[in-house]
Amino acid sequence: MTEARVRLGRFGAGMPTKASLAFLLDHARAREAVWSPMNGIEVQRQLTELGLDVLFVESLAEDRGQYVRRPDLGRRLSAASAGRLERVAEQREGVDVVITIADGLSSSAVDINAVAVVKAIVHRLRGLGFSLAPIILASQARVALSDPIGQALGAGISIMLIGERPGLSAADSLGAYLTCSPQTGNLDSRRNCVSNIREGGLSAELAAESIVGLVADMKKTGISGIGLKDAMTKLQVRGEVTAIAFRQRE
Amino acid sequence: MSYATTIEQTVFRFADLKDLLAKATPERSGDQLAGIAASGPVERLAAQMALADLPLKTFLQEEVISSDEDEVSRLIAEQHDPMAFASISSLTVGEFREWLLKPETDQRVLEAVTYGLTPEMVAAVSKIMRLQDLVSVAAKREVVTRFRNTIGLRGRLSTRNQPNHPTDDSRGIAASAIDGLLMGSGDAVIGVNPATDGLGDYIRIVSLLDELRERLAIPTQTCCLGHVTTAIKAVQAGAPVDLIFQSVAGSQKANTGFGIDLALLKEAQEAGRSLNRSMPGGNVTYFETGQGAALSADAHFGVDQQTMEVRAYAVAREFDPLLVNTVVGFIGPEYLFNGKQIIRAGLEDHFCGKLLGLPMGVDVCYTNHADADQEDMDALLTLLCAANVNFVITVPGADDIMLNYQSLSHHDAIYCRETLNRPPAPEFERWLQEIGLTDADGALVGAPALLTGLLANSNLLGA
Repeated sequence: MTEARVRLGRFGAGMPTKASLAFLLDHARAREAVWSPMNGIEVQRQLTELGLDVLFVESLAEDRGQYVRRPDLGRRLSAASAGRLERVAEQREGVDVVITIADGLSSSAVDINAVAVVKAIVHRLRGLGFSLAPIILASQARVALSDPIGQALGAGISIMLIGERPGLSAADSLGAYLTCSPQTGNLDSRRNCVSNIREGGLSAELAAESIVGLVADMKKTGISGIGLKDAMTKLQVRGEVTAIAFRQRE
Repeated sequence: MSYATTIEQTVFRFADLKDLLAKATPERSGDQLAGIAASGPVERLAAQMALADLPLKTFLQEEVISSDEDEVSRLIAEQHDPMAFASISSLTVGEFREWLLKPETDQRVLEAVTYGLTPEMVAAVSKIMRLQDLVSVAAKREVVTRFRNTIGLRGRLSTRNQPNHPTDDSRGIAASAIDGLLMGSGDAVIGVNPATDGLGDYIRIVSLLDELRERLAIPTQTCCLGHVTTAIKAVQAGAPVDLIFQSVAGSQKANTGFGIDLALLKEAQEAGRSLNRSMPGGNVTYFETGQGAALSADAHFGVDQQTMEVRAYAVAREFDPLLVNTVVGFIGPEYLFNGKQIIRAGLEDHFCGKLLGLPMGVDVCYTNHADADQEDMDALLTLLCAANVNFVITVPGADDIMLNYQSLSHHDAIYCRETLNRPPAPEFERWLQEIGLTDADGALVGAPALLTGLLANSNLLGA
């Protein structure tokens, strides 16, 4: 009926001790997801095992504290990272799709869910004959960092799998944001989103199905965002700057 | 016009009024993000000293956003009443603070200057007030509104029961609402933030809430917090709409981002009034605001986020609201970084709203990426009760499973009743007794069969 914390019981104005501690545990998990770095080395090892090339990039935000305070810095590549992508781009002439794994606001989402989703997407994209750039592992990244990444690599479509702002009930939810013709300055309304990807939410296989469906539609129509028919969900950049607007749906 | 102050031979200059206001603002991440904050504590103090010496009249001569390009600025100018301003017109901002703190400046005196004050004057004085100042002055200013009950009476605290659900499931909403009612929450409003959009769901939600209210004969009001355009259509379709809700901000451009302007709000208010669902002359609108809303829409024009917030109150007061609340910690750490910043902002918003005559409530809340926790909320709630806040928002176990943030729990409302001695609206207080939830002293004692039965059979609602 509802996952809300109803019928908790009470002692005076206090919650029962178990309920009180359960709440604190959920909050601790959420905070850990926000403030811990993602385990990039381990994610790279797993991707390499799948035969995928991996490239690390980082945004202009230097640490978590700055990342949380300065969303604008999380949307821009560091100079070193931009150079790294340029060198890759020099060796080949554009690709259909680049997949970026980004920490966003939940490192747990990346550590737990990202590899399975990448595996399922890559399998399907290859089956459809799409060319792929190396998998990008981006730290201190916001959704819009997928624009300069895609642009630098000459990618037709940029897919970003990013840790969503953790809730108490799930701290490991991954969101997928897809942008056709990625370039710096694209509005968020030009992206499509598949959210709540996690065990107990949208499974990796079903998410990959939706994501690759969107890629195919974008390839056909050449557009993405609110103009794209049959988009899975309207754009919801959870936890980013649209917070007040998000509270009230039109 | 530029402003300056000298501290030990160092001259601090401020380019214009909005620069002075921004640099005088107590530290917060949103103004730093916007690049308009003071560079450090000494420059901030210099700005506060310059601001304290500024005559209140300055705010009538220099606009922070020009009326030529902004209808909120035009509204602020139109609302200003020179007669009401007369008694304080010779004061500086610093003297205004002292005037506010004097015991002789009581409810009657504060009420008389309501429309003599502009949002910028009120924002300015709040910047040189400590938390204790903000509490003690706000506590003197009673703002009472009515729909089916009476909200804002001194010494009382109302609550919004917020039974949100990730898919707007009717049974889930009903179960959550009843859980709150069992703990005595819901006299300000039983109000749902819809997860789904569209008219059909809006009508289903208001109908469901209305049925619950009717069945239990609760002296309260209900609301679906959809967009005003949806509310207007629902009214036209004959749906049981008690309150018309809208998020509002402090500039025309920011409001455009919300899909509204003043004319649309007027139309929505008239639609709400046309249903005659409240007691005669009742208040039919409900607004939410929050520091950072204008900046996040790139519609702040270099004005600090707290001043922009108070400008939103000029919009709100134009439409005689039953309820207004700031969603203070909802917007995230890029605007209010931690518990300290959230607590101060909550008290500022409440103080400024009350001085401008708003029935001010606060959503005492935070997100998981802010450096804050439930203990910060305990502190803010206790301070707000001392400041005579009109209402706060409560959800089951402090966990909003749709908006993914933490507000207060229904339990927290019991703490306010029993420890801080804040009973709910008198009509609702009587209902709690009559239905058997509270005893003669107002203490929660029972779980009457009428409610527990409904909880067990909530599938009967909205069927």
